[in-house]
Amino acid sequence: MATQEIALPKVKEPDVSIIERLHGLVMTVDHKKLGLMYIGTALIFLVVAGLMAVAIRLQLVIPTNTLLEPDVFNRFFTMHGTSMVFLVGMPIIAGFGNYLVPLMIGARDMAFPRLNAFGYWMFLFGGLLLYFSYLGAPGLAGHGSAPDVGWFAYAPLTERAFSRGHSTDYWILSLLLTSVGSTVSAINVIVTAITLRCPGMKLMRMPLLVWLMLVTNFMTVLALPALSAAQIMLLIDRYLGGHFFDTQAGGSAVIWQHFFWIFGHPEVYILMIPAFACLSEVVPVFSRKPIFGYPVMVGATAMIGLISVSVWAHHMFSVGMTSVGNTFFAISTFMVAVPTGIKIFNWLGTMYGGRIRFDLPMLFCIAFLFQFLVAGLTGVMLAVAPLNWQLTDSYFVVAHFHYTLVGGFLFGIFAGFYYWYPKAVGRMLDRRLGLWHFWLFVIGFHVTFDTMHFSGILGMPRRIFTYDAGRGWDTLNLVTTLGAFCQAVSILLLAINIVRSAGKGKLAGNDPWDAWTLEWTTSSPPPEYNFATIPVVRCRRPLWDLKHPEDPDWKYE
Amino acid sequence: MINEAYTSEAPKATEWKLPSPRKVAVVCLILTEAGLFSIFVAGYLFYIGKSLTGPTPHEVLGLPVLATIFLLSSSVTIVLAERAFNRDRVGLFKLFWFATIVLAGLFLAMTAVEWHKLIYHDGLTISTNLFGTTFYSLVGLHATHVVVGICLLSLVFVFSLLGFVNIMHRERLQMISWYWHFVDAVWVVVFAVVYVIGR
Repeated sequence: MATQEIALPKVKEPDVSIIERLHGLVMTVDHKKLGLMYIGTALIFLVVAGLMAVAIRLQLVIPTNTLLEPDVFNRFFTMHGTSMVFLVGMPIIAGFGNYLVPLMIGARDMAFPRLNAFGYWMFLFGGLLLYFSYLGAPGLAGHGSAPDVGWFAYAPLTERAFSRGHSTDYWILSLLLTSVGSTVSAINVIVTAITLRCPGMKLMRMPLLVWLMLVTNFMTVLALPALSAAQIMLLIDRYLGGHFFDTQAGGSAVIWQHFFWIFGHPEVYILMIPAFACLSEVVPVFSRKPIFGYPVMVGATAMIGLISVSVWAHHMFSVGMTSVGNTFFAISTFMVAVPTGIKIFNWLGTMYGGRIRFDLPMLFCIAFLFQFLVAGLTGVMLAVAPLNWQLTDSYFVVAHFHYTLVGGFLFGIFAGFYYWYPKAVGRMLDRRLGLWHFWLFVIGFHVTFDTMHFSGILGMPRRIFTYDAGRGWDTLNLVTTLGAFCQAVSILLLAINIVRSAGKGKLAGNDPWDAWTLEWTTSSPPPEYNFATIPVVRCRRPLWDLKHPEDPDWKYE
Repeated sequence: MINEAYTSEAPKATEWKLPSPRKVAVVCLILTEAGLFSIFVAGYLFYIGKSLTGPTPHEVLGLPVLATIFLLSSSVTIVLAERAFNRDRVGLFKLFWFATIVLAGLFLAMTAVEWHKLIYHDGLTISTNLFGTTFYSLVGLHATHVVVGICLLSLVFVFSLLGFVNIMHRERLQMISWYWHFVDAVWVVVFAVVYVIGR
């Protein structure tokens, strides 16, 4: 197929000034450009919030350190958490969904291109508003700066009496903006996947990534309003003198926790499922086998979506629920482990007996499998209510959720990143730099977060800005900080790789990985209209049929 | 290129029909709005009887029967308007569409009268007690949706007077109608929660 290269006469590219390019970015409604803008912006926020994490680790490297003031420390962990969830995780999902879903279902764009652009700009300005709080939040009262109430902003700490100035208002308003952006982008992906599939692509022939994006965006649509509603209530409390979370007037601080986690726990799966989606595309291609148990994967994802809306209060075992409540949420949390386990076995089943190619995307997938398994196991530990009372709000919890979100989410996304970068840019990411990135990140990740489990079990609470010497945490914290630096260096290598390979990388061609889904039929990067003729498919792996007309898939499905 | 993969022996693509993007999008919008309302409703239910000071719902709330009749019958008139539109009876369409706007406006007016009484006569504001906070938030959120609905309806009405609305806009009108039915359905829930259970 790629044996004959047609020599095209060199056409001189018209000179495009930077202003014109920026103008193009502002005006664009193309799903590919918007997808890349989402991912690019998210990577910038990843660096900013990552540097905050490094500063936090530097403060904790030795006992009674005075690098950061306590106030600054509080702002840093709040901004780090908020940014990583809302300005890194959510837009990366939106970016992958935007870029890949139309290409994978053989469509020319999203269902609502202008709404798509609107969603991106809402996200961007929401993010900028959050960071503007460093300048704007002192306000008239002269208090505060950036938000410092933690990413879940527990009441009544956020009430007017305890959070003066406008820092909490910035937290509320900027997240309301990004929520609008996330919601419209989610609706757009759902509509695209349901209504714009090319002829022959029945629901059960969609690539798994599209299925998983459908589920995750559906969860966004249902769960995100809970956060928005709670934030609107908080605004009413702060500006109109309401009493929703005002314990002095009979309000309840615990109900904020309920509302927040009704959003917050599905949110964890909203982030994780796109990582699962990347794995479900990468693992089969690099094992040279079709995915094991496609219908079961779809069902398990839907199960995760369903169960995850009934587990929220496992974040709240220590607030004093009834024993019935504790038992219910413990059991429902155990149940999530079942579909998640099914997924892991399906990926292993895909790899089993395959001719595995250890390219970079696959390496990240394999690391994901190990790390996500451990994250799941510590999750089951934390779901045991009595053990949770012991471990809650300790570094064990910090270790657990960083294991899922870094060891799971980020590794899955990196796998997808190395896999689709050639499609988006037209050039391969450099393998040597990529290997450095991978190994440094694996080592840094384990050095940082494995040790956190132990400092947590030894009783180190989360969110403390310093600690006394001689509690048995000193060495562990030193090691944790070293690991954070290792991760920072590896992210720097990734950034260098992205920039260098965009100009100098090996040319990718249409289908560098010998893959099977529709996005690899078109050029890299794809033209603005994606496909010259709208494809017709008859099976889950249309490119397999194209490459093996003597033994096509459609005969067996 | 991909289409070359299939020779004559491959099964032909069957009739390919997918749902309308607009309809799926509006259903999603309604779902996310329902999520928003359900949190406010949960908040209201949770705080029933938890106010530390008066006035209580039992003392000050009356059943808004007339307002309810206005709002629910506006759901009927919008269906009649749609039906007239589909039968190409433009005059009748305009009449029923306008009736919908009037009924919605009457509902809002009744709410305004109720709130005026609550604020000036009973001294219940959003900051008085938990009842006030939850009541004005939930009913206000619903009223906001009514206002948005009136804006949409009026826009269509003005366009139809100017003669811009034609059969190509059929699905758009249907979407507004779906939204309007949703707003009405929410009122049924609000009525049950605030005026029946909470009183």
